[in-house]
Amino acid sequence: MPPSVVVMETNHIKTGGGPVIRTTGLTRHFTRNKQTIEAVRGLDLEVAAGELVAFLGPNGAGKSTTLRMLTTLIAPTAGSAEVAGHDVVADRAAVRRSIGYVGQGNAAGHQFRGRDELICQARAHGLSRRDARMRSDQLLEAFDLGEHADRPVSQLSGGQRRRLDVAIGLVQEPAILFLDEPSTGLDPQNRVNLQEQVRRLNQELGTTIVLTTHYLEEADALAGRVIVIDHGKVIADDTAAGLKSALGDLVSMDFADADAAHAAAQRADRIPGAQVTVTDSHVAVRVPFGRDAAPGLVAELAGAGMPIARLEVVGPTLDDVFLNLTGRSLRESDNTGPVVDGAATEGEAA
Amino acid sequence: MTIQIEAPVASASPNRRAPVAAKRVGLLADIVNVLVRELQPVLRQPASVLFAMVQPLVFLGLFAPLLPATADGSALQWFVPGIVSMTALMSASFTGANLSEEIISGSFERLLVSPVRRSALMIGKALREMVPLLLQTAIIVLAVAPFSFDLHVGGVLVGVLVLAPFSVGLGSLSLALAVAAKEQAWVFWTVQQTVIFPLLLLAGVLLPLDGAPGWLQTAADLNPLKYVVEAERALFDGSFPIETVAAGFGASALVGVLGLWVGVRTMNRAS
Repeated sequence: MPPSVVVMETNHIKTGGGPVIRTTGLTRHFTRNKQTIEAVRGLDLEVAAGELVAFLGPNGAGKSTTLRMLTTLIAPTAGSAEVAGHDVVADRAAVRRSIGYVGQGNAAGHQFRGRDELICQARAHGLSRRDARMRSDQLLEAFDLGEHADRPVSQLSGGQRRRLDVAIGLVQEPAILFLDEPSTGLDPQNRVNLQEQVRRLNQELGTTIVLTTHYLEEADALAGRVIVIDHGKVIADDTAAGLKSALGDLVSMDFADADAAHAAAQRADRIPGAQVTVTDSHVAVRVPFGRDAAPGLVAELAGAGMPIARLEVVGPTLDDVFLNLTGRSLRESDNTGPVVDGAATEGEAA
Repeated sequence: MTIQIEAPVASASPNRRAPVAAKRVGLLADIVNVLVRELQPVLRQPASVLFAMVQPLVFLGLFAPLLPATADGSALQWFVPGIVSMTALMSASFTGANLSEEIISGSFERLLVSPVRRSALMIGKALREMVPLLLQTAIIVLAVAPFSFDLHVGGVLVGVLVLAPFSVGLGSLSLALAVAAKEQAWVFWTVQQTVIFPLLLLAGVLLPLDGAPGWLQTAADLNPLKYVVEAERALFDGSFPIETVAAGFGASALVGVLGLWVGVRTMNRAS
């Protein structure tokens, strides 16, 4: 990774070190067929400069609606939000000048050319003709789009279009970047590439990044802070590690018989915060820092004549966190999950 | 991460840069930016666009032979300004379809979040209508010039000026319709088709309205396009009856102002 290169210009922001995003009771209702849908219900949120935040939740949870309010696309039904120190309703123009946005669709029109669209976007942000061209060249190179820049966007592959979307979102070097489901529809390789770009942007320029995702792995791997949203409300807000350690590890033990298992379960129950389930000769203990407690438990039970026949310690995944919070699995709430890398991340968490 | 994925991570960082200074963009610069963008498909692939513009010629070629033959060959003289007006009507009313496409693909959303003024977004897109108007008029006039058609260049140029506000206004209404229809492009098409044919028939483009029953006359009198077509006929004929031309331009300007007003309002509320 190239070293940090540039000092960020922060002249877009006038918050004086406070949060760059702040919402108070942010609410949005939709009315469809005379039914009111509460898409977002009273969101109170603060995001500090330089954070990389993921809104995680199933489809329809209210993530995108929140993002659309923060980017001035739709107005809140109630409550308020400030982005880069500007109110998203009263001072929409200032918000729009301060942010980059990568929506769910393609930023570049399909009948246009990538380079033209980049230059147009740069001009919209007030770059001179020369700067606009220079900046577009830089981004085309950075996103490996140079040879596709002068073809109609309709001829580009899905991955190339998505890279172009992100490039367009970055054209004015926004201090805050919003990405709505950035990796949906991308193959695993392109997804990793994109995540790499996002992470770099956050680390090298200190760009504040807010993205929505329903990929657990993406939130886990990418974001410093995960805000779990369900039914229009924040149900958890912490680092991925924090969310998982609060839930604790799952220590699974098999014993020679049910009696031994029962005795071991009583012993395990004395560990603070442990939730113990016994099934025949199997004992499952969900406990914070279970991986640290396991060795002692093994020795103690062996000493007491109840040796463990088989031991497994599994770290929690964000899906476990979601399941614990809502009683539903995020994977079940949504059937468009990623194809390959789920198992890998779970293994790594263990 | 314990996973190693050998993906060709892009070599250069998007963050390497020379400092660029962003300035406030004025309304005019916004409009120009949007207009330039609109014209890019035409400039980049003129062949495909020109091909679409030849369509009125097909109509002309198939319809003109059916016109009653007159001693002085004035049928074509009467018909061509109507075809020019019809082409302007069709072209401007279809323009929302491009926007529908942009709404569905996502590029419109990007423009809505960008600092481009909403009014500029509408005005720039609507002004684009001048270009097909000019090109198509030129194509039609050049195509019929060798036949029994007296070309009055001055009249044709003033004719284009008279049509221009109509084209921009109608284009603006078509764009507003596309914005209102959102992702449901069928709503756009349904309304567009429902509106376009009465406008066309009640303007006396294809057949004279002379023998029409009273109610039809009244309906035609309410159609701004009728006055525009009357002015075009006079101008293409090389005459300049001030009242007819003023009425035509007035009707055209009315559509222009009304269309832009509705368009800008709709764009301001677009999400």
